[in-house]
Amino acid sequence: MQFRLLLSISKTHLLTRKKQSIIAALGVTFGIGTYIIMMGFMNGLNGLLDGLILNRTPHIHLYNEIEPSIKQPIDLYRPYKNKTRFVHSIKPKKIQAKIHNALPLIAYLSKQKYVIGVTTQVKAQSFYLGGSTQLNGVLSGIDVEKEKELYSLDQYIVEGSILDLKQNEKGILLGAGVAKKLSMKLGDYIQVTSKSGELQALKIVGLYQSGMADVDNVQSYVNIKMAQRLLGESNDYITDINIKLKDMTKAPALAKKMEEQFGLKAVDIQTANAQFETGSSIRTMISYAVSITLLIVAGFGIYNILNMLIYEKMNDIAILKATGFSGRDVRYIFISQAIIIGIVGGILGLLMGYGVSVIIDNSKFETAALPTIKTFPVVYDAKYYIIGIVFAMISTFLAGYFPSKKAEKIDPVDIIRGQ
Amino acid sequence: MKTILEAKNISKVFKIPEEIQILKDISFSINQGEFVSIMGKSGCGKSTLLYILSTMDTDYTGELYLDNQLVSGQKSDVLSHIRNQKIGFVFQFHYLLAEFTVLENVMLPAKKLALKSNEEIEHDAMEKLRLLGIDDQALKISSRISGGQKQRVAIARALINHPTIIMGDEPTGNLDSKNTNIVFDIFRELATEQNLSLLVVTHDDDFAKRTDRIIMMEDGRIV
Repeated sequence: MQFRLLLSISKTHLLTRKKQSIIAALGVTFGIGTYIIMMGFMNGLNGLLDGLILNRTPHIHLYNEIEPSIKQPIDLYRPYKNKTRFVHSIKPKKIQAKIHNALPLIAYLSKQKYVIGVTTQVKAQSFYLGGSTQLNGVLSGIDVEKEKELYSLDQYIVEGSILDLKQNEKGILLGAGVAKKLSMKLGDYIQVTSKSGELQALKIVGLYQSGMADVDNVQSYVNIKMAQRLLGESNDYITDINIKLKDMTKAPALAKKMEEQFGLKAVDIQTANAQFETGSSIRTMISYAVSITLLIVAGFGIYNILNMLIYEKMNDIAILKATGFSGRDVRYIFISQAIIIGIVGGILGLLMGYGVSVIIDNSKFETAALPTIKTFPVVYDAKYYIIGIVFAMISTFLAGYFPSKKAEKIDPVDIIRGQ
Repeated sequence: MKTILEAKNISKVFKIPEEIQILKDISFSINQGEFVSIMGKSGCGKSTLLYILSTMDTDYTGELYLDNQLVSGQKSDVLSHIRNQKIGFVFQFHYLLAEFTVLENVMLPAKKLALKSNEEIEHDAMEKLRLLGIDDQALKISSRISGGQKQRVAIARALINHPTIIMGDEPTGNLDSKNTNIVFDIFRELATEQNLSLLVVTHDDDFAKRTDRIIMMEDGRIV
């Protein structure tokens, strides 16, 4: 087989009809380009939306849930064992929000192989005092470094810096909604009181904005020691343990195990945010459907053009066959044209996809809900570029295969005699 | 005298549109250096016979030998190779690849055969074109030259692989008398000087009379 000879023939065919060749290649270009843009943009958005909730949510959240005891004393009384028992008006027992034996528990969890990191929080119901106004709020006492490292808390600080909180024991990262309501700004002092009555003046070292108004109107962050002091508790007082896992998908099973093992309430991320997974997968599905449709349309375009080309080239096919080219040679000539169109169109498509992605990536996109996002999110994943070019090759090969099969079967005698 | 082409009891039946026996038991042979013409009325089967002899039509019964090699029943790849190496074609309507240059058209069958380097092939092709007096047209696109020139290019292409036989289906049917004479003289020269065999189907009495032998056909038989 002399591929170079056959390729030079198909090259001449393509170059002498530049317009048609370009149109066929552009079909592929737009198909692949759109696929890459859609996947990059869609996945960028998915990542952004997931990040909005998932990145900030611990994979497993351990705390003491206030709930009535499942076993009441009467259940333990043997004589009534087989009787139907009614207890009216069950109320939960007063229990502490404090996690019992928290420090050894944290030490134990940190050592587990499946854990990336463990953070502790002290949640304190409190009031923000500003002038004559009192606002309800939740203060979370945090380990600043770990929150930054594991849950990217720094990405939600719109003013000031998270490091200032670490350095300033009496600092606070105030919810942006609270600051707005109380007309407070960076550097101001805010009075905070907890239900224990402790009053503290805290310096606003940063403004926190999650993008969800309900959160921003109540949530603020302080150092864990400050939260403990506000509640009048010692430094082993911890209300929440947040665990980040290496494999998020194992969260439900591990959460169930921990609940039994530690006697605490354990909430896993999937239960907490089921709707986000669904949204992401549906968006991905839609973008695949649209891109594949585009590529199929491009494939039909190539099929059409090659079919027409073969009708126009009947004479050439007859001559090639009469002068000693086999049917297979003729088939390769036409299929190589389809593949050349596919490669050229596909590579242009990759470039177009990348170019437009860069443009989108640099376009302004500002919204109050997403404070740290300034431009549209775009993902550049080599995977999509590879899938794109492979699909371009497959679809153009198929589009060229059937017409070239026809060219292979053309009987030169029919053509030569028919004229 | 060496026998170049031999047909034994060749018959062919057309089934479409209705069953007609177009060739009936045809046997003949052609020697080296012989210039033979086939004549007969339209529909007598002379072109059909030519395409069977050319190996392009394989739907027949009987035996065909080319260069003492049995051709009948060979695979299409083998037949393609035989056509490439041993048979040169000249058709009524020139049949050049319109988008290629004259030189490329002549070189194509030799490139397919791939026995020589591209430089040698190009040299050969230029030599053939010079032989036919059209070497000045070599780099023109083949759709841009005149009908008589096209036919000479087709002859050059037929000669490029040094075939053992040249077949023509009314090679002068589309040419004026001046160009017809040029083509005839070329054929005659090839037969006498290069000892090539030629088999030409024609309607033209004058042309046929000047060949070595005329095979007359009527109703699918040689008469």
